[in-house]
Amino acid sequence: MSDQTTSGPVLAADGTPLKRSLARALRLQKMRALALIAPLLLFVLITFIAPIADMLFRSVENQIVSETLPQTVVALADWDPTTGEAPDEAVYRALAADLKVAVEDKTHTRLGSRLNYELTGASSLFRKSGRKVKRMDLESDTSFKEAFTDIDRKWGEVAIWETIQTYSPKYTNGYFLNAVDMRKGPDGPEARPENQQIYMMLFGRTLFMSLVITMSCIILGYPVAWLLANLPTRTSNLLMILVLLPFWTSLLVRTSAWKVMLQQQGVINDTLVWLGLVADDARLVMINNQFGTIVAMTHILLPFMILPMYSVMQTIQPSYLRAAKSMGATNWTAFWRVYFPQSVPGIGAGSILVFILSIGYYITPEIVGGNTGTFISNRIAYHISSSLNWGLAAALGAILLAVVLLLYYVYDKIVGIDNVKLGG
Amino acid sequence: MADIHSSDAFVEFERVQKSYDGENLVVKDLNLVMPKGEFLTMLGPSGSGKTTCLMMLAGFETATHGDIRLDGESINNIPPHKRGIGMVFQNYALFPHMTVAENLSFPLEVRKMGKSEREAKVKRVLDMVQMGEFGGRRPAQLSGGQQQRIALARALVFEAELVLMDEPLGALDKQLREHMQFEIKRIADNLGITVVYVTHDQTEALTMSDRVAVFDDGRIQQLAPPDTLYEQPENSFVAQFIGENNTLEGVVKEINGDVALVRLDDGELIDCKPVNVSKPGERTRVSIRPERVEYNKERLQEGVHTLKAEVMEFIYMGDIFRTRLKVAGNDEFIIKTRNAPDQVRLQPGTQIEIGWLPQDCRALDA
Ligand SMILES: Nc1ncnc2c1ncn2[C@@H]1O[C@H](COP(=O)(O)OP(=O)(O)OP(=O)(O)O)[C@@H](O)[C@H]1O
Ligand SMILES: [Mg+2]
Repeated sequence: MSDQTTSGPVLAADGTPLKRSLARALRLQKMRALALIAPLLLFVLITFIAPIADMLFRSVENQIVSETLPQTVVALADWDPTTGEAPDEAVYRALAADLKVAVEDKTHTRLGSRLNYELTGASSLFRKSGRKVKRMDLESDTSFKEAFTDIDRKWGEVAIWETIQTYSPKYTNGYFLNAVDMRKGPDGPEARPENQQIYMMLFGRTLFMSLVITMSCIILGYPVAWLLANLPTRTSNLLMILVLLPFWTSLLVRTSAWKVMLQQQGVINDTLVWLGLVADDARLVMINNQFGTIVAMTHILLPFMILPMYSVMQTIQPSYLRAAKSMGATNWTAFWRVYFPQSVPGIGAGSILVFILSIGYYITPEIVGGNTGTFISNRIAYHISSSLNWGLAAALGAILLAVVLLLYYVYDKIVGIDNVKLGG
Repeated sequence: MADIHSSDAFVEFERVQKSYDGENLVVKDLNLVMPKGEFLTMLGPSGSGKTTCLMMLAGFETATHGDIRLDGESINNIPPHKRGIGMVFQNYALFPHMTVAENLSFPLEVRKMGKSEREAKVKRVLDMVQMGEFGGRRPAQLSGGQQQRIALARALVFEAELVLMDEPLGALDKQLREHMQFEIKRIADNLGITVVYVTHDQTEALTMSDRVAVFDDGRIQQLAPPDTLYEQPENSFVAQFIGENNTLEGVVKEINGDVALVRLDDGELIDCKPVNVSKPGERTRVSIRPERVEYNKERLQEGVHTLKAEVMEFIYMGDIFRTRLKVAGNDEFIIKTRNAPDQVRLQPGTQIEIGWLPQDCRALDA
C-alpha cells in the first residue's frame, strides 16, 4: 500500500489509533464499575460460590481410602475379587504398615466410618483392628494374614477387601449411586435391595408435593392478586398489609401455629367435634403427614405467589376488558380470553418462585411433616448433622440443584423465561 | 340545522345526569338527539365530561339520572356486551397477546361466527384500512398510526351501526393525524355508520363532523354544524373556545332590529349583531374573528363605525400575516390578512383605523 495515511487506522486527536484509545476509555469505565461491585462479588464468592463448589466436589471426592491406606491400595490393585479368595500376604503386610501410621494420626476411625456407609460393620472392624495393630511388629512378625483374621474373621472374607478396592480411586460415583438408590456391584452399578431404597421416593415426593403446593398457591393467590390490582387504592393497601403480614412473623411461629390448629386435640378438630361433624374417637389426622406440610407451606409461600401476580396484573389496563366487552364478549369470555392470558407471566413468575423455594424447603416439613410429609432436604440435613455422611448429602444436594436447573430449562422452553415478569 | 324529530332519532340522551361521588355533577343536563348516519363530535376542555358521556353510552358507567335511548329503546339496563356498539379507545386497547388478525376476529368469535366467514370479514376490513399485509403481526410491532387503524378496524369489523371514538388520534403526530382524520371520515361515510367522536382538538372537530357539540361544565354549550359554530357562536365560551377570537367589552346603547350599538368601555361606539343581549344597558362581550377585521378604508362599508388602532407587532406566517393591535385599551387584538401581492405589511407604531361588517361582530353574554 502506497497511500498509508488514508488506508491506515483511524487516529484519535492525540495521534493514537482510535480503536486503542476507545478500548482504553472503555477499560477504565469497566474497572470503575468492577471496583464498585467488588465487595459484593467477594462476599458472594466466599460465602456462596465457594461452598457450592466445595459441596459439588465433596459429592465425588473419595481420597480418604487412598490417603489412609496408601500401600494397601497399591498392593490390592492386582487382586481379583471374583476368585472368591482373600488377597495374599503382601496386602496384609501393607495394611499393617498403613494402619500403624493411621492409628498414630488417629485417621483410621474416620476411614472406618466412611467405609461403614458402604459395608456395615466396617467402622467397628477398623476401631478394633486399630487397637490391636499396635502390638504387631513389621520386622519380626511373619504372617500378618493370620494376625488380622485373628483380630476379626471379616479380614479373611472377600467383602471388606472388595469394598476397600472399590473405593480406592481418588474419585467415586458411589455417593451419586447411593443418592439414586443404587450401589456399586461386582458388575458395575446395581439397584439396592427394595428395603434400602428411599431417595428416589423422597425426590418424587418432594417434586410432587412442591407441585401441589404451587397449584394451591395459584388457586388461592390469583383472586387475591386480582382484588389487590383492582380495588381502590385505600382498600387495596389494607389488603396488601394483610398479605404481607405473614412476612413480619417468624417462620417458626407460623409453622407452630399450624401445629396448634391442625393437631388432633387442636382448634380445627375441637371445632369439628363440637359441631358434631366428626366423632370424638375419629378425630382427623391433619398434621405430621403430607396434608399438614402442604397446608402449612401453602400458607407460608402464598405471598411469593401473590406479589408477582399482583405486579403484573397492575399493568393490565382496564380498557382491555372494556374493549372486549364492547365487542360483545361476556364477562367470563373477556376475562378468560383477554385478562387471563395477560396475567400468565405473573403466574409463571410466582410459580417458579414458589416451586423452587418449596423444593428446597426444610423447616416446615421438619416440624409438621412427620414421616410421610418430609422432603429430600430433611434427609440432606440429616446426613449433614446426624449421620455425618457429607458426601451423600452433597450428592443429594447436587441432584436437587440439577433437577431445579433442568426444570428451569424445560420451563424456559415451554413458557419462555422472558414471559416471566416480576413487575411492570 | 333544522330540528331533528324524535321519530328518526338513533341515539338519544334525555336529561341525563351523572355524578361519580354523589356530591358533584360531572354531567349536569345532557339532551342530545342524533339521527342515523351522523358524525357527531363532542368537543370541550379537559374534564368537561366528554369521556363520561361516551362511557354511559357504551354502558361502562350508569347514568345517575335520565334516559339514554338507542334506536328508540332505553339501554339503561342493557349490559355493555349486548349493546352492539363499536368503540375505539384513546390508547387503542389492542390485545397485546393476540396478532392483528386475532384481534380483529375476536368480536366475530364471540358472536360464534364460522371460521371461513370470520377470515373473509377480517380480510375485508384489513383491506379497508389498508393494512392487508399486517394480519400476522403483534400490536407491539406496529407504528402508532398503524395501531390506530387496527383499532378502528376492530370497532368496524362486527358491523356495529354505532361507533364511539374517544380521542382516537390523540397520540399521533400532526401530519399522521390529519391523514387519519380524512381516512376515518371517508370510511365512516362509505359505511354509513353513526359516529360519536370525542376530541379536544377543535380543528379536528371542525373538519370531520356533521355537527359539533361543545361541552363545558357538564352541559352542551352549543350543538351546531361546524360553520355555524365558527361563524355564529351563541355564547362567549363557544366564541372563545372555537378558533381565534377578539373580544371587546362594553354596554349596549341601543338595539335597532338586527343591529346593536355598543359603547365600549373607553367610550367609542361600534355596530354589532345582538345575539345574547336584548335591551339597552346590558353589559356585553363583543366577539369578532381576526380575519373579518378590515383596515383598508376603501373596502369598508359606507357609514359603519370605525375604531382607532395602533400596530404593536407584525408576524409573518407564510400564507397569512398576523398583526397584533392595540384597540380600545386591548393590546391583544389580532387581525389576520392573506399574503397577497398587494397586501400592505403594517409596521409597528403605525396608527390605523379598523372596521367590520355589523353581522360579523357579535354581542354576546358578558
Ligand atoms: N371514575 C371516576 N371517578 C370519579 N370521578 C371521575 C371518574 N372519571 C372521571 N371523573 C371526573 O369527571 C370529570 C369528567 O371527566 P371526563 O373523563 O368525562 O372528562 P373528559 O371531558 O373526557 O376530559 P379529557 O378531555 O381530559 O379526557 C372530571 O372532573 C373527572 O375528574
Ligand atoms: Mg376523556
